[in-house]
Amino acid sequence: MRIISPRTAKILATVVTAGVIVTGCASDRDDDGSGGDSGTFVFGAAGDPASLDPGLASDGETFRVTRQAFETLLATEPGGTELVGGLAETWESDPEGTEWTFHLRDGVTFHDGERLTGEAVCANFDRWYNWSGTYQNTTLSYYWQAVFGGFAENESEETPDPNYVGCEAPDELTAVIEVAEPSANYPGGFSLDAFGIHSPKSLEAYAQDEAAGEGENITFPDYSQRAGTVAGTGPFRVTDWDKGNGEVTLTRFDDYWGDPAGVGELVFRTIPEEDARRQALQAGDIHGYDLVAPADVATLEADGFQVPTRDVFNILYLGITQDRQDALGELEVRQAIAHAMDRENIVATQLPEGGVVATQFVPHTVDGHSEDVTTYAHDPQRARDLLAAAGHEDLALDFCYPTEVTRPYMPAPADIYELLRSDLEDAGITVNPVPLKWNPDYTETTRDGGCDIYLLGWTGDFNDAYNFLGTWFADYSKEWGFENEELFAMMAAASSEPDVETRVGLYQEINEYVMDFLPGVPISSSPPSIAFSPDVNPPTVSPLTQENFAEVSFR
Amino acid sequence: MTIRTEKLDRLAELTARRDTTTGAGLWTEALRRLRGSKMALTGAAVITVFVVIAVVGPWLAPHDPTAQTWRDEVFVNRALFVGPRSGNWLGLDHLGRDQFSRLLVGARHTLLVGVVSTLIGLVAGALVGGVSGAALAFGGRAGRGLDTVLMRGVDMLLALPSLLLAVSVAAVMGQSLTTVMIAVGVVQIPVFARLLRGSMLAQAHADYVLAARALGVRRRRVVLAHVLPNSLGPVIVQTTLALATAIIEAAALSYLGLGNPDAAQPEWGVMLAQAERFFVPEDLLDQASLMAVCPALGIIVTALGFTLLGEALREALDPKLRG
Amino acid sequence: MLRLIVRRLLQLVPTLLGLTVLLFLWIHRLPGGPASALLGERATEADRRQIEAALGLDEPLWVQYGRWLERLARLDLGTSTQTSRPVWEEFTLRFPATAELALTAMLIAVVVGIPLGYVAARRRGSWLDAAAVSGSLLGVCVPVFFFALILKAVFAVNLGWLPSAGRRSTGIDATEVTGFSVLDGLLTGEWDASLDAVEHLILPGVALASIPLAVIVRITRAGVLEVLTEDYVRTAESKGLRQRVVRGRHVLRNALLPVVTTVGLLTGSLLSGAVLTESVFAFGGIGRFVADAIDARDYPTLMGFILLIALLYVLVNLMVDVAYSVIDPRVRVN
Repeated sequence: MRIISPRTAKILATVVTAGVIVTGCASDRDDDGSGGDSGTFVFGAAGDPASLDPGLASDGETFRVTRQAFETLLATEPGGTELVGGLAETWESDPEGTEWTFHLRDGVTFHDGERLTGEAVCANFDRWYNWSGTYQNTTLSYYWQAVFGGFAENESEETPDPNYVGCEAPDELTAVIEVAEPSANYPGGFSLDAFGIHSPKSLEAYAQDEAAGEGENITFPDYSQRAGTVAGTGPFRVTDWDKGNGEVTLTRFDDYWGDPAGVGELVFRTIPEEDARRQALQAGDIHGYDLVAPADVATLEADGFQVPTRDVFNILYLGITQDRQDALGELEVRQAIAHAMDRENIVATQLPEGGVVATQFVPHTVDGHSEDVTTYAHDPQRARDLLAAAGHEDLALDFCYPTEVTRPYMPAPADIYELLRSDLEDAGITVNPVPLKWNPDYTETTRDGGCDIYLLGWTGDFNDAYNFLGTWFADYSKEWGFENEELFAMMAAASSEPDVETRVGLYQEINEYVMDFLPGVPISSSPPSIAFSPDVNPPTVSPLTQENFAEVSFR
Repeated sequence: MTIRTEKLDRLAELTARRDTTTGAGLWTEALRRLRGSKMALTGAAVITVFVVIAVVGPWLAPHDPTAQTWRDEVFVNRALFVGPRSGNWLGLDHLGRDQFSRLLVGARHTLLVGVVSTLIGLVAGALVGGVSGAALAFGGRAGRGLDTVLMRGVDMLLALPSLLLAVSVAAVMGQSLTTVMIAVGVVQIPVFARLLRGSMLAQAHADYVLAARALGVRRRRVVLAHVLPNSLGPVIVQTTLALATAIIEAAALSYLGLGNPDAAQPEWGVMLAQAERFFVPEDLLDQASLMAVCPALGIIVTALGFTLLGEALREALDPKLRG
Repeated sequence: MLRLIVRRLLQLVPTLLGLTVLLFLWIHRLPGGPASALLGERATEADRRQIEAALGLDEPLWVQYGRWLERLARLDLGTSTQTSRPVWEEFTLRFPATAELALTAMLIAVVVGIPLGYVAARRRGSWLDAAAVSGSLLGVCVPVFFFALILKAVFAVNLGWLPSAGRRSTGIDATEVTGFSVLDGLLTGEWDASLDAVEHLILPGVALASIPLAVIVRITRAGVLEVLTEDYVRTAESKGLRQRVVRGRHVLRNALLPVVTTVGLLTGSLLSGAVLTESVFAFGGIGRFVADAIDARDYPTLMGFILLIALLYVLVNLMVDVAYSVIDPRVRVN
């Protein structure tokens, strides 16, 4: 136990005597975090993790924590988006793209002392495939369903057919995973955090828990809600989850196969408010936080904080719901909207450094990005002429925008909306503002096609253009409100093309086609900022926002 | 606001102690006292200035408060804001609009939100409280039952955290200016209801009422012609105080992201909530901070004006507080 | 005393039933639903139907309400749709934080407010009186969240005297017993944990105390002024009773009655303020959680919260009655 520090005693004295002078400065608080060997690194998170089992999660806050404790078969290169070996050193597929062979790293140990083997990998995949009951709900198994389809026995008609066939371990260090149809989801999907590999012993412990789930309530199983049971292979192991204080503590795993973590302890502390996170960093209570508001970047840098720039890997776009108004079905009207928008101004004044105007629906960092797409410069006069030519000078649009939310691709939606509204009005378009709470109102309304135009975006999960384009244009959807069989066919062909180079070529054609058809207007790609205190060596920042905190150390 | 009811319940009793059936005596006396009160004068002065700005502000504003005339000069992403300069006396806001014009025009919307939401609380609250009070005093056994039911409801509303009540109203109705007014108004309903009821009960036992009843004047007439008008004193005091609360609560709703959705229209609460994120703790006079401090000062001073007048009015009506 | 408590609790039952029915109908009017809230931007119509079926939201409302009552009878508040954890567990996790914050604020308000109000009244017209009155007027006019923001900017960020967020510093090992962090430290003998918790409570406590403090100063002052004019005080003074006795037994005791009532009535407004204060100081309490629950259409949490508030309200007012009987012998309860 620590003895009362002079500082603490002083503060107590202040309380008792209600306001005598106390001397001190910001640096007083800095040493609070250190302790254990090579110190404790505290990172301010925007929200609590949902569970400690990444397989049950689909949100960034959860993955940021589990990524430090679990590893996947494939990984992305530090600071980039290219696939590299993870738990599998090398991998290959058959020419059809349906049989994926992974050659595992030797000498990898789980947190509970088990060894990584092909059998262990297969046990994980078979567990996911055989999930039943509430696990089949998309809230718990979003990524499994998105990448591998359904389950061994689907319990709901809504669940898709499984694309997963089986997994075999021909020897100690090999796992072969077979799927029914080739897809653009492979091999990228094997790098998703949700498919972190658990120790076979912990899987048995999970199985005991699973029976406890009640039929009516979607509850996270107990093992995923407290430290102790979950065991991966990562450089940290989860040692405590203090829910009352919103703190997850991870401790360095000494038998890690790679370079050991640079700090002894890693703490994720939940601070929901953006300003509170910045002030906590400034006050020295935390050593870093993510999704820094662009306006704070300059302030923080001026104060000596480190704000490394990430590569962009997202798209912000203005969505158009074509079948909501006849006018929107006309190409000229959509072109007028595109010409009315001053996207350069938004990028220059609102988005963090490194942000760029988007010319198409995939960021330039993704394979399949094309240089030869049609572009639409800011030109209010042209917009007005196009509207006049189409006979829609009196165009009035319901413009939906979300309030109270910051997305990695969209730092201040209300401000971006205000700027765009002013642009559209300059081109003679009447704008009717429809502000909605992000969750659930906004996401639901836009998805149901309840807005003429709206702001949305997407952050890629892995480097494959289908991860972007497939989200929007694979089929008819209410949010876009158009039928275009030609486009849908092009999408299907690209998705099932096993050869990577051919597929990238197909993606480029799709991007060019889409920008002529103009279903919506891509606005920007911008890197979400992350900040660290001056006294740490920060990790390599990742465009996928997948930082590895084992790289962190104190200076 | 719940805390004021107790005090005001007692005030209600005081009004009943008078001998006359008209309000003249007490009010003349109160007005005489108000004239000498520094508090009342300050409050009235602040309110007058505020109302004048609210009325003529849009004509005084040098620029269009919604036009993003200088949007290329403000770089939110680099925290580069434009401070006071000739032409823009209070600098620009985060979207390149003239801050001074926005503050001037914003007074009108702020006043509108305050007045309308207080009216909603007043009318609905007075209805519930009036019915309840009349029922209890003159309605016999059935009246007592009605009163119990109504007051149970009012008590529960009082116990609910007002902000959560307002948030849930906003959630059900969707975001709009009307929603803000209703959400802020609803919170005031139980306060006014309790107040008027207490006040009427005190009146009901006054001699003149007993006399009127004994003379055979009908109940409805007693209530409408005598009890109700004589019970309004505390309600007027509370209305003044509620105006201050309404302006502050509206700002709190904006802070929670439930304010007027049409953020292009300037309103102090919305302006404060929008600029709060640029606030630089190191320098309260930096333009980034001023964008939040200006509307905040507007809200505080205006609320203070209403509070001063309300408190002075209360003291004037309650001779005991003056010793 | 016991009979009073039992009677109060029995009276509560019909009120609560009525209230929960009303609330049930009210919150089910919220547009959207927990399913959409849970799924966010990646969901399909099919996902939503699947979840609604799983949560039993596709059944008629009265069936749902019946099921809720049935569970309540088993003391089960259901599962939060927001976090997928039992509502009861969420409350026990977060309620102590809010209670601790509210108690701190109330403590500051009472400890500072009553003496200040008393002194202001005794020295009526002095600069101290003027300062107390104008301070208390200003106190109710500054938006709580703005005041909290300024406090944090000055004392946490600029001066670095106090922590800016949270309830506990990292590196402090605290054993949880009751969830009240100051108390836990005292119980387990972890003094540093207690002190650390106190440090974290000061700024949010002061911010939250601003309104109750202002109110208590004014009410105490008014109460004392009023009592001072009463005949019995004059009698006591003219009888030549020592001033201390007069002050303690006659003036303060009688002046405190309205203050006690006020403290009871302030519970609701304290919780409102807590929503904002907890936001600014990232103080993981129940206020912000419930505000989020409204957004997430988290029906079970909202229903549970109403029960909690109603119980709390009754409890606090019961305590007010007891305090009354202690202070004022005339209303002593048998």
